[in-house]
Amino acid sequence: MPQLTARNRHRVAFRLNGRQVEALAENRMLLSDLLRHELGATGTHVGCEHGVCGACTIQVDGAPARACLILAAQIDGADVRTVEALAPQPGRLSVLQAAFREKHGLQCGFCTPGILMTLDAFLTTRPDASEAEIREHLSGHLCRCTGYATIVAAALAAVEELRKEQKENA
Amino acid sequence: MSVNQESTGLVGRSMPRVEDAALLTGRGRYIDDLPTRRDTAHLAILRSPHAHAEIRSINASKALALDGVHAVITGDDVASLTRSLTVGVKANVECWPMARERVRYVGEPVALVVAETRYLAEDALDLIEVDYGVLPVVMDPKAALQDEAPLLHPSLGSNCISERSFRYGDPEKAFSEARHRIAVEISYPRNSCTPIETYGVIAEYDPGEDAYDVTANFQGPFSIHAVVALALKVPGNRMRLRTPPDSGGSFGVKQGVFVYAILAAVAARISGRPVKWIEDRLEHLMASVSATNRVTRLEAAVEPDGRVTALSWDQIEDCGAHLRAPEPATLYRMHGNMTGAYAISNLAIRNRVVLTNKTPTGLNRGFGGPQIYYPLERLMHRIADELGLDRLEVIRRNLVPSGAFPYRTASGALLDSGDYVAAFEAALKDGGFDDLVERRKRAREAGKLYGIGLAAAVEPSVSNMGYITTVLTPQERAKAGPKNGAQAVATIGIDPLGAVTVKVASVPQGQGHRTVLAQVVADRLGLPFEAVRVNTELDTGRDAWSIASGNYSSRFAAAVAGTARLAADRIRERLAAIAASQLNVEAAQVEFAGGRIFDRNNPDNSVSFNRVAASSHWAPGTLPDGIGHTIRETVFWTPEQLEAPTPVDGINSSLCHGFIFDFCGIEIDPATGAVRIDKYVTMHDCGRILHSGMVEGQVRGAFAQAVGAALFEEYAYGEDGSFLSGTLADYLMPTVMETPEPVILHYESPSPFTPLGAKGVGEGNCMSTPVCIANAIADATGASDITLPLSPGRIADLIFGEEKPSSNPQARKPAKARPGERQLTGEGSATVAASREAVWKMLLDPATLEAIIPGAHGVEKVSATHFRADVTLGVGPVKGRYRAEIKLSDMVEPEAVTLSGSTQGALGFGSGVGRITLTDADGKTVVGYRYEAGIGGKVASVGGRLLDGAARVVIGQFFQALARHAGGGSGGGGILARLKALLGGRS
Amino acid sequence: MKPPAFDFLRPDTQEEVLETLHRAGSDARIIAGGQSLVPMLNMRLARPGVLIDIMPLHALRAIREERGEVIVGAGVRQAEFEAWPQLAEKLPLLSQAIGWIGHVQTRARGTVCGSIAHADPSAELPLSLIALGGSVRLASRRRRRTVPAAEFFLGMMSTAIAEGEMIEAVAFPVAGRGTGHAFREIGRRHGDFAIVACAAVSDGQTTRLAVAGVDDHPRRFDLPQEDGGALDDALNDIAWSLNARDDLHASARYRRELVRRLGRETVMEARSCRS
Ligand SMILES: Cc1cc2nc3c(=O)[nH]c(=O)nc-3n(C[C@H](O)[C@H](O)[C@H](O)COP(=O)(O)OP(=O)(O)OC[C@H]3O[C@@H](n4cnc5c(N)ncnc54)[C@H](O)[C@@H]3O)c2cc1C
Ligand code: FES
Ligand code: FES
Repeated sequence: MPQLTARNRHRVAFRLNGRQVEALAENRMLLSDLLRHELGATGTHVGCEHGVCGACTIQVDGAPARACLILAAQIDGADVRTVEALAPQPGRLSVLQAAFREKHGLQCGFCTPGILMTLDAFLTTRPDASEAEIREHLSGHLCRCTGYATIVAAALAAVEELRKEQKENA
Repeated sequence: MSVNQESTGLVGRSMPRVEDAALLTGRGRYIDDLPTRRDTAHLAILRSPHAHAEIRSINASKALALDGVHAVITGDDVASLTRSLTVGVKANVECWPMARERVRYVGEPVALVVAETRYLAEDALDLIEVDYGVLPVVMDPKAALQDEAPLLHPSLGSNCISERSFRYGDPEKAFSEARHRIAVEISYPRNSCTPIETYGVIAEYDPGEDAYDVTANFQGPFSIHAVVALALKVPGNRMRLRTPPDSGGSFGVKQGVFVYAILAAVAARISGRPVKWIEDRLEHLMASVSATNRVTRLEAAVEPDGRVTALSWDQIEDCGAHLRAPEPATLYRMHGNMTGAYAISNLAIRNRVVLTNKTPTGLNRGFGGPQIYYPLERLMHRIADELGLDRLEVIRRNLVPSGAFPYRTASGALLDSGDYVAAFEAALKDGGFDDLVERRKRAREAGKLYGIGLAAAVEPSVSNMGYITTVLTPQERAKAGPKNGAQAVATIGIDPLGAVTVKVASVPQGQGHRTVLAQVVADRLGLPFEAVRVNTELDTGRDAWSIASGNYSSRFAAAVAGTARLAADRIRERLAAIAASQLNVEAAQVEFAGGRIFDRNNPDNSVSFNRVAASSHWAPGTLPDGIGHTIRETVFWTPEQLEAPTPVDGINSSLCHGFIFDFCGIEIDPATGAVRIDKYVTMHDCGRILHSGMVEGQVRGAFAQAVGAALFEEYAYGEDGSFLSGTLADYLMPTVMETPEPVILHYESPSPFTPLGAKGVGEGNCMSTPVCIANAIADATGASDITLPLSPGRIADLIFGEEKPSSNPQARKPAKARPGERQLTGEGSATVAASREAVWKMLLDPATLEAIIPGAHGVEKVSATHFRADVTLGVGPVKGRYRAEIKLSDMVEPEAVTLSGSTQGALGFGSGVGRITLTDADGKTVVGYRYEAGIGGKVASVGGRLLDGAARVVIGQFFQALARHAGGGSGGGGILARLKALLGGRS
Repeated sequence: MKPPAFDFLRPDTQEEVLETLHRAGSDARIIAGGQSLVPMLNMRLARPGVLIDIMPLHALRAIREERGEVIVGAGVRQAEFEAWPQLAEKLPLLSQAIGWIGHVQTRARGTVCGSIAHADPSAELPLSLIALGGSVRLASRRRRRTVPAAEFFLGMMSTAIAEGEMIEAVAFPVAGRGTGHAFREIGRRHGDFAIVACAAVSDGQTTRLAVAGVDDHPRRFDLPQEDGGALDDALNDIAWSLNARDDLHASARYRRELVRRLGRETVMEARSCRS
């Protein structure tokens, strides 16, 4: 029975943005810190460390989750995606990202990666999302700059675009 | 919306932002993302759990013994390397960046730990033992002025650190002649536009050069750089201050990081390595800067038609425990426009600044605006109601009349431009005011609570760096020398390939400065948007900057962008001369467009921009005489209108004055008191619009924060000084669900005083919206006293009548405690299977106390009636170790005893008094108890919602243990089950 | 705001969990979804010596129907429960209530049983369990026992879970034919813990009303089929009996008022929507 001792660093291995990664971490290290400071993926931001602001939202096994409420020791074997994985290739933006730029869905950009990860997870499974559902998903995020209207507009624009793409592909 | 466009049309267009590609892909570089040296250590801060206490001793030996801890630093250690902070008023008071000898607010730094990791540093915090002697607190600004109020700073002799009275025109005469005098009294709460990214600092000290190098997500004003350098006792050129490329919002708040820049710098010096500190959310909420709370009495002299002939302000400003730079700026920022958007020529102002046991205040979006527009616009509403006039009409009659601009206000502001009446009428028409009135009518007919609110405001921007000296008397000012102006700076550089870089000292936090500047400069130089790159990081060791540098008072569009335009003009002029010589035409005939410079009359006669631009590098000898070079042009610009205060205290506190008129319709759910903003219209005259998307973004962002201030947000304190809003589940910022979309209207009156005609627009709704919503609530409920934030509970008090009493006369009286009060009381009884004498003996026996006190690890008997113990207390997963002191008094053997105790630990402190009575009941003993307990510190800040119940469980544990020890306990079950079984009912 | 150090157990079997709980006593804590526990660790309000992660135990991750009850294992996340295809049919009350728990992002991790174990006085799941008369299945190294919901919640974050015990599953009775269900909640913001939440179940004879957010654990009351003034009086007495208190977000009086008004709406709706 693997009981991992306090104050020692233990090996955690998981998939990060499609690649297998390994790190040494104390049990108590938060996944947000592990990603940012051990693995250098600083796109995930930290705003409260108690689950409310949403800045640290990432995807774990496909679902949006707070990285600040996950311990390093819990992530072994999981599939984690962060904002760094969204762009299809360097220098290009995903449909969702492009919609945020187009609609001025961000100002300081601190809340943005978390919001993108929630919306990306949601729109992937539900390309027919309604505005009410989008708002419901966004309610788990605080943005202090935009007043949200442009974020909602960006999400709706992305839905529109994704739907178009889907039709073209069909 | 009408937009003026320049020839090539970049300015005014809602371009996609150059900032966004990086921010959307996780490539932003915020302070916590920056690379640091390998030997960088982490700083954590021990903060006071008490609002007011003496520090008797600090014992850090256990913390220092922890592996990986490099240093533990106290206030005295910091003081030995620094100088007390400069205070903005003449007062006999010291102002240190962390506590020495005394703590004066919950969250005040008491000790700094430098350790290998933040985790370790926090472990060490838990091991520092501080002995506090608790002092009485003063939380209310009015109470702070009373003679018997506890003194925060004995050297001051009073809690009032500044008092000044002003009169403009002849207010006494106007009041004595007035037909009506109408007044409001307002207590404006504390709140903050708290950004999502917290403070962060990385500091280094070079002993060889006695120089500090600090990177912080500071936002300006850079006048604070002088405060930091003076505090660190180095010349300014040995205090290098840098900002990271990106910042996660600021809204004024990150001005306050300067205190930590000093602390981290000293920590780096003492620990001999670079030190990094990232503030956590709890620290941010309780100890970063907030807006001031203010108590205001505002009275108007009013004619029967609603015209106001004089205003009299009495303001008591609460700046918290220390007057930190640039305070009391919140109180004086609006000094020139204390008459709002109205033409009122007689004005009296009494300003008092008081210190209380709260966190020191500082910059916050809307800076000083909400505190004055709330009383002023509530007053206009009340004037109409009391005189039976139409509320719109009262506003209309008092607005600064059309054609009166530039208009000098009573207290000296020069309202630069506008047509307030026309903008007001346009808002009513385009915003559909008549429809809203109709909507209200229909809603009320359907039995709903519906109200309409109005608010007019002047939004100042580009602060006069001299306004704060209005706090000094004219004599003190004369002695200190005049202060005025607002130096803005922009640099345009051209590299050897002819590419253009713009550099400004504007330190944006998400406002898209790089995009706007690229638009402005590209337009001027006839370049494509992408050809211009903009750099907004600031390094005081390298860049051009001045005291006004930074991002505040909405100065970017009006001042910084304008200065960049002036720099572009100068470069253009010289490039035109160079090109003219190459094209063999007059310079006046030269045109710039599409990356080429050409003869207007013969566009084929052209040369590429890059070639002309690069010639200063490659062939300086070929340039026409008198041109010098075009490699770099730095322009400093300060508007002449920003003069120092006059000998009679007139002050043009800001360069530009936008106009705002808002109205809204609000519906209240009569069953729950919940507020729904049905419609919100906001009209802005912010001069010329440079980027419509960003202007709308600023308006929406400020609006959302103002909705928060109106309905949700408060930095709440208990009467004992506990800070109660320590989490984002307690300090409630609106989410997308609570933020309606406002209708935004524009009326463009370019400012004659700024190079581009732009004015600020970033703060207006923080000033106008809270009172607009309050006025609508007043209209809906008929209430006259409206206090923010308007939680549903507060609204319920306005709309629910008398409460239906309980049919059961035994039902407990409603708890007396007021919201936020941490006093817990309770009573109950337990029956114990032992005689009174046996129970009595137990209470006095230290050995049994050990068993009785829940979680006691060792009871030490200090005297017959005084015990000391280490205890672990907790509920569910919440557990903490405390030092407990227990005293017995008022003993009436074997009937009654008073138990008083206090506990102190990492989670906070508690103290309580319990009276225990023993009554005989057939050989058994009924133990009756009644207690009063207070709890503070961290647990009060973060556990607010759960605290009361949790504390009752813990207190219950004591009596349950007492009963069990006496043999009355029944095994199994949870604590309360057992307690309930014992008590035969609920306590 | 970083957690203190602790040992961490990633068990292969439930026996290991129970063994460790037995050995470490109150020094051990189970971690399930972590959505309540990790904030407390971050704030160092909780300082367990050893954390036991039960999420790797696949046996605990099932939702199944058994003798008129829906049994939700300790490893079932709130989002999984929310997405359970039979939820609306079998547990109409839960299908109304579950969307009020926090946010999509917290429900994706938080478990059903974790919320029951945490026993927050405002939480929706304990309220629903009380309203439906469900039960909690506990296991320790020695024995298994089932505690009815009405005896499980004892106070603020205090439950009938004894040292060495864990929740294995909770059981919600399947909705009977002819019963009506209603759920109402008022919070400060969307997704916040309730100021007051009410759940009602009506079977034509009596209506059971459960109230969260007021007393320090959810409470339930059986109301006869009275109406009008009699119902108002009954709700008024309930409101006064709940020890309402003031806090930062609402006054005691406001809470009582919501019990009367929201309680009435909830009761009426449950009565009217009986299937
Ligand atoms: C932003 C935010 C908002 C939230 N809003 C709400 C809300 O509105 N309503 C609401 O009800 N909840 C809310 N929550 C809490 C959330 O629902 C939690 O998921 C839930 O309370 C606990 O479940 P968990 O699986 O995360 O448990 P954990 O956090 O892992 O554990 C919680 C406690 O239960 C114990 N525990 C867990 N599982 C077991 C078990 N099987 N046996 C014994 N003990 C166990 C743990 O030891 C711990 O003490 C919110 C949380 C966040 C972060
Ligand atoms: S940092 Fe994780 S939710 Fe705020
Ligand atoms: S863009 Fe700044 S917090 Fe959302």
